[in-house]
Amino acid sequence: MTKQTTEQTEQAGSAAQRRTPPLPGRRDPSDPQAIPTTAAGPSGENPGAASAPESPAAQRRSGPLTDRKHLRTYVLVMSLLGLLAVGFTLAVIFYSNPTEFGSEGWWVILQMRSESLLTIAVVALCHTMATIAFQTAVNNRIITPGIMGFGSLYTAIQTGFVYVFGMAGVTMLVGVPQFFLQMAVMMLVATVLYTWLLSGKFSNIHIMLLVGVVLGGTLGSLSNFMQRMLTPSEFDVLTARLFGNISNARAEYLPYAIPIALAVTAVLWLWGPRLNALSLGRTAATNLGLNHKREVIKILALVSILISMATALVGPMMFLGFLTVMLAYQCADTYSHRLLFPMGFLFGYTILTGSYFILRHVWDAGGAVTVIVELIGGIAFLIFLLRKGRL
Amino acid sequence: MISLTEVSKDYSEKVTIGPVTTQIEAGGITALVGPNGAGKSTILTMIGRLLDIDSGQITVAGHDVVNTPSKAIAKILSVLRQENHFVTRLTVRQLVGFGRYPHSRGRLTLGDEKYISEAIDFLDLTDLENRYLDQLSGGQRQRAYVAMVLAQNTDYVLLDEPLNNLDMQHAVQMMQQLRRAADELGRTVVIVLHDINFAARYSDKILAMKDGQVVQHGTPEEIMTDEILSEIFNTEVSVIDAPGGPLAVYY
Repeated sequence: MTKQTTEQTEQAGSAAQRRTPPLPGRRDPSDPQAIPTTAAGPSGENPGAASAPESPAAQRRSGPLTDRKHLRTYVLVMSLLGLLAVGFTLAVIFYSNPTEFGSEGWWVILQMRSESLLTIAVVALCHTMATIAFQTAVNNRIITPGIMGFGSLYTAIQTGFVYVFGMAGVTMLVGVPQFFLQMAVMMLVATVLYTWLLSGKFSNIHIMLLVGVVLGGTLGSLSNFMQRMLTPSEFDVLTARLFGNISNARAEYLPYAIPIALAVTAVLWLWGPRLNALSLGRTAATNLGLNHKREVIKILALVSILISMATALVGPMMFLGFLTVMLAYQCADTYSHRLLFPMGFLFGYTILTGSYFILRHVWDAGGAVTVIVELIGGIAFLIFLLRKGRL
Repeated sequence: MISLTEVSKDYSEKVTIGPVTTQIEAGGITALVGPNGAGKSTILTMIGRLLDIDSGQITVAGHDVVNTPSKAIAKILSVLRQENHFVTRLTVRQLVGFGRYPHSRGRLTLGDEKYISEAIDFLDLTDLENRYLDQLSGGQRQRAYVAMVLAQNTDYVLLDEPLNNLDMQHAVQMMQQLRRAADELGRTVVIVLHDINFAARYSDKILAMKDGQVVQHGTPEEIMTDEILSEIFNTEVSVIDAPGGPLAVYY
């Protein structure tokens, strides 16, 4: 039986991911690799291998999805998530628009809601890509950039500005150059810190986690300390800034955030096979010819871009990445990053739009979306940790 | 040929491995033996560029393992550590498929699939190839890891205590399969072993280490004497003639 390897599906790119991958047992005639002319094998191989016993195994195939059932589950989950995503998107846009259809106000509301959705999409994309890549780089499926203190870093920067510059500091933080400045600061600090932690003597997951938590705590208390010194009005403005809020997202950043997020996503997508090999851990990845340290630093730099951007848009979110990525690992159950990325993104988008719709239109509490998602994510994290029983 | 020139690794002021200068010939199985802490695994992982070398030089088939790009080394040499734990759930075939990464960069061609199948068949994993690693016994899992490095199709295969956690039957099977890999596939196998009798029975050369130094390097016949073994292992060892070759008795 000729099994269509899903590795080949991966090459077809993202478009093919959304479509149904070719079924196993059916050969795609347009696929050049299915033509057995490549059976001679790569040149420059050890000639000794030619003397190995010929087996009928040439027909056996390997891919990131093991069998038909696995493939069916993947496609089913993806379609379900796709439908839910589309459904929630339409619901958020069109549900309960108080103005008359087609009027000017109707269009204004439509535009505001689309901006929120775009923000959600960017945030979901950033958190998912960053968390999957981060977990692959550090070879651990529990710690996430959020847990490692990225959020506290953001809070500390924001509070520091308000503390030093007073009310003026709040306005100083808003604006496109500041957005990039803040991103650059976070990127620099995060890359240097985590590179240092991951290299040399500290390449130990427990120490990293400990440092991340302690760092988060320290920065948190520093922010807390500064906040106590603020005047009530400054504090009020700052608190509004620090709470993640999708309805009140800074849409002026979107024209810059979207292309950057897409570019980083494209790079991570291209690195898919390399990330697959990296997920085997330092030893196995080195054996397979990857310069592990260099790859990890490159990934961490990209991760800090994504996280700092998402944080600048809607504030810190600690557990969103963990939640979406954990669901994607559970449902996709594959090593292939090119299959995990789209599923994680759809999970993130669906969860955020779903809770946004419900909280805004059903319970009339649009501002609480990130809080609720964080609550669910935190509970999921605890359950996961308690069930697994180890790091 | 693997050659080491004045290679050393400093763990601390007192604990130093080396300097070691020796050569491991191409072809056949070379066993690294010695007491705990002698530096066997250190030397093996340094050859496999998994551990930084503090001083000296290691070349494998003429390539300096430090300066040659890791990518190029991966086509010459494969190395397997004792501890293998993956965060992802993988089937045997998926794992072995990763062995083709240095050649395929993640795009498995039909040629790659052939190598994968051959490696799986070679280690008798044909029926298990679609099972997940966490559904296998320790011995089967160990075989899957070895299949992965065999699929990498490198001239040099370095294995760090592959018999760990294997029972009698699986240990013997593993050694027989490695022997076949050396004989039939022409691989150069360098292996860290704890059991001197396995080394004597299955390897072509024994390289004995003690206190970070190479103390003996020769054929099993040369090494398997009462005096030499007692000296290496700090234990009374007597060698007797047994069916199949000399046997060290030390219990």
